[in-house]
Amino acid sequence: MEMVHITINNIPLQVPKGTRVIDAAKKAHIDIPHLCYFPDQAVKAHCRMCVVEVSGNRKLLAACSTIVWEGMEIYTDTQKVRDTQVGVLKMIMANHDQDCLACPRNQNCELQNLCSRFNIQSPKFPNVCKPYPIQDSNPSLVRDLAKCIRCGRCIKACSENQGVSALTYANRSHDLIVTTAYNLPFEQTDCILCGQCSTVCPVGSIVEKDDTQKVWDALHDPQKHVIVQVAPSVRVALGDGFGMDKASIVTGKMVSALRIIGFDKVFDTNFSADVTIMEEGHELLDRLQNHGKLPMITSCSPGWINYIEKHHSGLLEHLSSAKSPQQIFGAISKSYYSKVAGIDPKNIVTVSVMPCVAKKYEAARPEMQVDGIRDVDIVITTRELTKMIKYVGLDFPNLPEGDFDSPLGIGSGAGAIFGATGGVMEAALRTVAEACTGKPLQTLEFEAVRGNEGVKEATIQLGGATVKVAIAHGLKNAETILQNIEDGSADYTFIEIMACPGGCIGGGGQTVNTTFDIKKLRQDSLYEIDENLPYRKSHENPDVIALYRDFLQKPLSETAHHLLHTHYQPQKKATWQNVGE
Amino acid sequence: MANTVSFMTRNFGKYNPSSLDSYEQIGGFSALRKALSMTGEQIADCLAACAVKGRGGAGYDMGKKWRQAREVNQPRKVVICNADEGEPATFKDRTLMENDPFRLIEAMIIAGYSVGAQDGYLYLREEYSHLRPLFQNAIWQVREKGYLGENILGKTGFSYDVHLYSGAGAYVCGEGTALVESMEGKSGRPRMKPPFIKQCGLFHLPTCVNNVESLCLVPSILLDDKKEYLSYGTQNSVGTKMISVAGNVRNPGAFEIPFGVKVRDIIFDLAGGVKNNHEIQLIQFGGASGKIARPEDVLDIPYTYEDLTAAGVGVGSGAILVIDKRTSVLDFLLATQEFFFHESCGQCTPCREGNTQMKLLLEKVMAGMHTGEDLQNMKKIIMIMKNASLCGLGETAQNALSCAMDLFPECFAVKTEGN
Repeated sequence: MEMVHITINNIPLQVPKGTRVIDAAKKAHIDIPHLCYFPDQAVKAHCRMCVVEVSGNRKLLAACSTIVWEGMEIYTDTQKVRDTQVGVLKMIMANHDQDCLACPRNQNCELQNLCSRFNIQSPKFPNVCKPYPIQDSNPSLVRDLAKCIRCGRCIKACSENQGVSALTYANRSHDLIVTTAYNLPFEQTDCILCGQCSTVCPVGSIVEKDDTQKVWDALHDPQKHVIVQVAPSVRVALGDGFGMDKASIVTGKMVSALRIIGFDKVFDTNFSADVTIMEEGHELLDRLQNHGKLPMITSCSPGWINYIEKHHSGLLEHLSSAKSPQQIFGAISKSYYSKVAGIDPKNIVTVSVMPCVAKKYEAARPEMQVDGIRDVDIVITTRELTKMIKYVGLDFPNLPEGDFDSPLGIGSGAGAIFGATGGVMEAALRTVAEACTGKPLQTLEFEAVRGNEGVKEATIQLGGATVKVAIAHGLKNAETILQNIEDGSADYTFIEIMACPGGCIGGGGQTVNTTFDIKKLRQDSLYEIDENLPYRKSHENPDVIALYRDFLQKPLSETAHHLLHTHYQPQKKATWQNVGE
Repeated sequence: MANTVSFMTRNFGKYNPSSLDSYEQIGGFSALRKALSMTGEQIADCLAACAVKGRGGAGYDMGKKWRQAREVNQPRKVVICNADEGEPATFKDRTLMENDPFRLIEAMIIAGYSVGAQDGYLYLREEYSHLRPLFQNAIWQVREKGYLGENILGKTGFSYDVHLYSGAGAYVCGEGTALVESMEGKSGRPRMKPPFIKQCGLFHLPTCVNNVESLCLVPSILLDDKKEYLSYGTQNSVGTKMISVAGNVRNPGAFEIPFGVKVRDIIFDLAGGVKNNHEIQLIQFGGASGKIARPEDVLDIPYTYEDLTAAGVGVGSGAILVIDKRTSVLDFLLATQEFFFHESCGQCTPCREGNTQMKLLLEKVMAGMHTGEDLQNMKKIIMIMKNASLCGLGETAQNALSCAMDLFPECFAVKTEGN
């Protein structure tokens, strides 16, 4: 690798050619302040917080957009640099709603951190922030423009990673805002409520809709039996909010915390992920045997469901009719569990902890009820659970290890890896392959479907047949596959699509600032969980076996269809006709 | 020395701007014929020999620009004529385009040939919509006649077309990268640099952007066998320059001057002096983003790059705005500030928030309510905008105010108690 010699604050340093000044400084243990820069995104160079002085340059240079050159002399700490950074910070603050104490991102805000770092004790510029109405008309996301610092990270997440481009800049100068087409509420635009914007927002301008109070209300209602399910990827991200390693496996502590918070039963979405595999896997076999619509595409990711409904409604028949693990759990909790526990489903409140804000929308969909009873009542995200644990005042890292409750508490390794891109595919293959051959698999790991390429393809032997599968994560990658299906060039049998880059470990409800590097660590944690579980195939999960033996009879049975399957409808996209509706 | 000359304006009034035939009758397109007998390199050398500085405002060496554009090793390239003449008080390009449209098209073809481009785009500012039919007609006639198209004038391999593109009225689109963004159908907001548009510009193609006046010089220079151009000006400011004089003068207008004419002669001879003989308050050079001077500091200096810079101002867009004493310094500054407050694209913090805060601060000064701390903040914001803005708009927006704080300290005297 070609190296470049530079100095930072007179300290000599060698860095690879092509390194950005902001990254070079990290090697000198210097954190150059920044707001619009985000490691996984194209450089924007808008906020101008990261300016540095470089010998021979009249102007200050942005450390995010400047590549080092041989002999470059960089100064990060001169009076000119500091005056500029503090001035820029104060100007941003002057156009920011400063109600920090009542902000959802209080103490988790990059602007606040910088103000603290630079010891800003009083705003010196008059506040010029305009009042904007808070937009909270959908179940997933809340937008507060008065908090927006116009860094554009949400815009890039939406366009570059997701290819949705529901967010854009509009107007200019003091009127510049980040907005949607025609300034419509998210749900009326091309937005699919994946919430990637909310994970990169440095401040509290786009946040999840906070449903924690609903949970407290249910927990405090003596008439209600409140149960909780936790999605596979939450347990490898939750520790991040408590200063633990970013990908710590905190399953047991999480279960203990939920129990202390007051849930009557703590169950596992890994269990219902296994049920999803039973239903979806047999649906795939059925489609293969009976010439059903192929390729079949997974339907676990609600952001993805919104995407296909809005952008590719012609392909809806390709979707597996199996509900997502969250909704399958919900439906079982109000039927099977209600019977087993002897509790009227009307008195059961089913809460989900999800890595996802689209899950809030999914739970609220009209399809997601059986005989008038909602599958899932309240959905909170990893971020909201973090807040609830802090609310109770728990010393989370030192909590004892708890165990999930029965009978919806055992999850297989196959269910665990649902949280990583390729995981649903691998889980399904473990079950489908054995169903085809009737023989146990020699190797459980399907390495070909793991990894972080945007689109993965693999050819798999299922009994006598060879099938081609594909996996995409992030909707920009999914779009490639969808276009191939539409033009007839795709020869896949089965496709897994996850709306969020990396899968659920990178979901829109996870801890903020989850970079690709962190996602990789969380993937590794999920595979580690899988390896260490006694059951690694969905069909061998004893709780699942009991469910089918005692209640559902068999996959795709009439009861299963009634409770666990659904169909989706085209949704409207943003058009000028929507304005004013 | 004569105060005006006719070097690049020599065709004014000599032909019918709607007729290619009449342009040809006065020798039109002979510069292109000559150019096609030369190599692209030789054309760039010719401009370099005349030390032509770009006339958009930045003053970049034009021969060097063309040579660099030529040297970019890519099969497809683009030439853009920047006719987004948005600097307030600047209208020299409009005058050139109104009177001699075919010269500009001829120059764009020569530019395309010299740098090896296939397409030339004329980016005409929205406010010049009255010139659109003139240019549409001119380009159509030129194409019909075979000066555009395949193998132009029998020059094998030189195929080139010129397209007319209309801006949408944003001042910032005069900045090269914002101009290119707007041509791509995006909002007119400058790109960060690098990459520079000479390597990656319009549609990701290497792009050579030139000002109208810069291009209009080219045909005259190519045909200038007697080296007339070099006989004008001074050692460091060679040749002639289009200027526009506006404000409280009797005879505002655009003039071609040889470099070196005294500012006093420009204002009092060419522009007819100040209306009703009012006293001059200040003079701004180079448009709203330009610096200002007190008359006594500049009236007797020659209009050259070096003398203006030494006097603390600059040539910039070639505009000279004369403000007499009926307008207060602060009123002038607020009008300038409101212009930039309106025209900032808003994407970078220093320019978006800086212009907003400066407007408030200036209003406070005008009301006599400002404190010493306010003045300190003004200076700080000026420093930040100058040093940390993403593009030249934010960098230069506070030029006038910055000068005024030095030149007219009495306007900023703190009146309130307790500071």
